[in-house]
Amino acid sequence: MEVSRREFLERSGKYILLFGAATKAWDFILAGTPETAPGYDVTRHWWAFYIDIEKCIGCGNCVRACKAENGVLREPFYFRTWVERYHIPPPDLANLRADRLPVVDSPNGGYDGFPERFRDSDGSKSFFVPKMCNHCTDSPCTQVCPVGATFDSPDGVVLVDQTYCLGCRYCVQACPYGCRYIDPRTRTVDKCTLCYHRITKGLTTACCESCPTGARLLGDLKDPKDPLHELLRTQKVQVLKPYLATGAKLSYKGLDGAVR
Amino acid sequence: MRELFRDAEHLFRLALVFGALLVVFLVARAVLTPEGFGTYGHYRAGALVDARARPLSFAGRAACLDCHEEIDAVKKSGKHAGLGCEACHGPLEAHVADPATVIPQKPDPKTLCLVCHMENLAKPKGFPQIDPKNHAGDDNCIKCHEAHSPLPVQE
Repeated sequence: MEVSRREFLERSGKYILLFGAATKAWDFILAGTPETAPGYDVTRHWWAFYIDIEKCIGCGNCVRACKAENGVLREPFYFRTWVERYHIPPPDLANLRADRLPVVDSPNGGYDGFPERFRDSDGSKSFFVPKMCNHCTDSPCTQVCPVGATFDSPDGVVLVDQTYCLGCRYCVQACPYGCRYIDPRTRTVDKCTLCYHRITKGLTTACCESCPTGARLLGDLKDPKDPLHELLRTQKVQVLKPYLATGAKLSYKGLDGAVR
Repeated sequence: MRELFRDAEHLFRLALVFGALLVVFLVARAVLTPEGFGTYGHYRAGALVDARARPLSFAGRAACLDCHEEIDAVKKSGKHAGLGCEACHGPLEAHVADPATVIPQKPDPKTLCLVCHMENLAKPKGFPQIDPKNHAGDDNCIKCHEAHSPLPVQE
C-alpha cells in the first residue's frame, strides 16, 4: 500500500489530536466533583505544636496513642512520636571536665514507659523529651524528595503522598530530627501527619488527647484566639537544632541545651 | 511571495516536526499529570484528602462527655480535671460509634495508676510519685483514692 508522506502526516496528526482530546474528556469523566472536607479550609489554618518538657512524666501515653490512632506497627520499633530520657551527669571534678555529656535512652521509644534507672540521685539531672516531626516551614525532607512525594501542605503540615513515594530513603536521611522511617508493609516512608485526619475535623491530635499532664499542645497560628499565641509570647521556648534554620514549628518549653 | 519561500520548504517540515513533538508533549502531560497536581503546590491535592481519610481511634473528650457528663462533674473538682478520658481508658471511638455492643474494659488501677505515678527520678519535681510497695503494699489504689478525683484521700 502506497501512502504519500502528506497522507501519513495528516492521518497521524489527526490521530494524535483526537487521542489528546479523548484523554481530556476521559479525565473529566473520571474526576467527577472534587472532594472537599466540609467546614475545613486549608488556607485558614497554620498548625504548630508546643511541648512543655517540664510537664512530661515519660508515661508513654503519647507513643501508644499515636500507634493506635495511626496504625503504626507495634514492632519493629518505628515511631511517629517517641520519648527520650536524658541523663546529664554532674561536672567531673576528678578530671576537671564540665562537658556533662548526656546519656540518652529511649527503651522501645518509651512505649512501655521507662524502667527504673538512675534511681539514686548522684547530682545528675534527668528529664524526658518527647520527640516528633517538627513540621518545619523549610523542611529538609521535602527539599530532597526526588519525586515530590512529600510536601508542606498549605496549613503547615508536612505530609507524604504514599502513591508517589518510591521508598528511596533520601528524606529519612535528610530529616535532622530522625522523624521518618520506612514502613515495612508499604515500603514507603511514613511520619507524623499531625493527625491530619483529626485536626481537619476539629479534634486535637491523639498524643495531645492522651497526654495526662498537658505537656503537649496543638495550636493553630492563624487562629488569633488560640492559647498557643499566649504561650509563645510569655514562655521561654526553643526549637530543636535552630542553627539548621529548618523553620521548625514545634516549640519546646524548658529545653535543655544538651538535647539534640 | 512564492519566490520568497522557494528555498524554505525544509523549514516548514522542521516546523511540522516540532509541532508534532509539542502535541506529543502536551498529550503526555495531560495523561501523566495526576488530577489536582499543582492546585496547592508541586504535589497532588488529593494527597491531602488521602491523609484526611483515616478513620478515628480516639473519639475525643467532648464525645465522651456527651453521655458521661456525671464523670465530668466529679473530675472538675479534683487533680485529674485536666486529663482526657481516653488518657486512661484508651481509644474508644468504636464505643462512641456503637455504645451498645462495644463495651470498654475497666482499666486495672494497680497497673494503670503506676503508668504515671511510679517513682522515677526523671519525672518533674512536684509531680506525685510513689514507690507502690512502700506506699500501699499490695493494696489497690482505688481503696483509698477516687480515680476520677484523686484528692483528698478518702477515709
